[in-house]
Amino acid sequence: MSTPVIDVIEEPALDCEALLRQVHAIGKDVLAVHAAAVDRDARFPAESIAALCEAKLLSAYVPVEYGGMGLNITQIARICEALGHYCGSTAMIYAMHCIQVACVVHHAQGALYFRNYLRRLVSEQRLMASATTEIGTGGDLRSSICAIEVNGDQFTLTKKAPVISYGEAADDILVTCRRAPDAPASEQVQVLVRRGEFTAEPLSTWDTMGFRGTCSSGFTLTATGDSAQILPTPFNDILSQTMHPYSHIVWGALWSGIAGDAVNRARAFVRAEARKTPGETPLSAIRLAEVDQVLQEMRHNVQSLTREYQELLESDQPELFHGFGFSIRTNNLKISCSQRIVEIVGGALLICGISGYRNDTKFSLSRHLRDSYGAALMVNNDRITKLNATMLLAHKEGH
Amino acid sequence: MSNTPVNTLSDTQAIREVLAAHGRLSVDALTLDDDSDLYSAGLTSLATVGIMLALEERFDIEFPESKLSRVTFRSVATIAEAVADLAG
Repeated sequence: MSTPVIDVIEEPALDCEALLRQVHAIGKDVLAVHAAAVDRDARFPAESIAALCEAKLLSAYVPVEYGGMGLNITQIARICEALGHYCGSTAMIYAMHCIQVACVVHHAQGALYFRNYLRRLVSEQRLMASATTEIGTGGDLRSSICAIEVNGDQFTLTKKAPVISYGEAADDILVTCRRAPDAPASEQVQVLVRRGEFTAEPLSTWDTMGFRGTCSSGFTLTATGDSAQILPTPFNDILSQTMHPYSHIVWGALWSGIAGDAVNRARAFVRAEARKTPGETPLSAIRLAEVDQVLQEMRHNVQSLTREYQELLESDQPELFHGFGFSIRTNNLKISCSQRIVEIVGGALLICGISGYRNDTKFSLSRHLRDSYGAALMVNNDRITKLNATMLLAHKEGH
Repeated sequence: MSNTPVNTLSDTQAIREVLAAHGRLSVDALTLDDDSDLYSAGLTSLATVGIMLALEERFDIEFPESKLSRVTFRSVATIAEAVADLAG
């Protein structure tokens, strides 16, 4: 019997497949149960988020050394897709939370404050929201009107945000603003503001066609705090290296989940029809084959960019993000997925027919269809296409 | 190709004019120091597209993808260096 030289404590490797089975179980037992009420009442999916907290999923992207699961972007995207099958709003809230966590994990671990914050995020399962857009900037994330004012080690900040998704339920909000009152509009930082240290005065309500449970009302946010709560990386880098690619990947993934559930409902409908005439393939099965093909393209598109992004992250060469190529491909993913989801859910509706059109059948696709139209609007596709058009003027090399 | 042309004063002035017209800077590009950081003056990567196109037209050059970096567009001096390189 040999004595080990170093006492190595082996963490059991995380079994992602088992975790996904658990996510699906939460989806069936909790998200799906409340999805209709969340949608009908445009209310925060409190039960669903509580279930995700209980499973410690809010710290899924936090590295293991802080107590998180240490999942990578590929695994987070798969969780988002799984959640999308059961409740689009819950999946969107979870995806948005993960984007904010990634901003801290990628860009603020160098600061003691944020290392401690990550530990608290794990133990308290804190829900993170985001306030990027601002009234008066026309939806441009890369410019801010509001500025953080630092006095000694304290800051004050006021921002008129037209949208803060689940702002009333969030524990913490990452807010973009100018670095200082005399800084240009494009010189931005991101600041963590914490519940208890901010007030949010409502500017607008959230009574929309879809994603009703995200409760994305507008607020005038007034916050104070310690200057250590300012992320130590310029927002420009956070946006290009994390927020932009991470958002479009997790959104594309959860939209694939919504589309996937629509296809599942259509599949169940076709199968029920086929049982009535065994040996004969029903006409609707042809249409199912068509939407299944589009769903595959959509999922593969997400997986392909996710792989590229993960490789970029693992290469640890942030300058690779500076070229236009990756940014253009990321935008293309968003535009494509937001179009495919409408196409797939619309196709599924044609298959299910009046059963899908009704709100009171197990084949109902009303919520899926209404959610799907939001995809092209959250960061409007026209804005993204125009950005790509501009970048393509300079991007000379092919993909 | 051994002697890379040195920028003339009129070249750096032309670069400042391009920056003034297309840089969307928060300061007056015409009075910028050669070494002032343009990103601190409000330059964004998207604005570099317009600058690049205007420089290509003005100097009859073509920027390869590899030159479209933050390093190239950091200051009047670094742009002048890239322009001299490409014109050579």
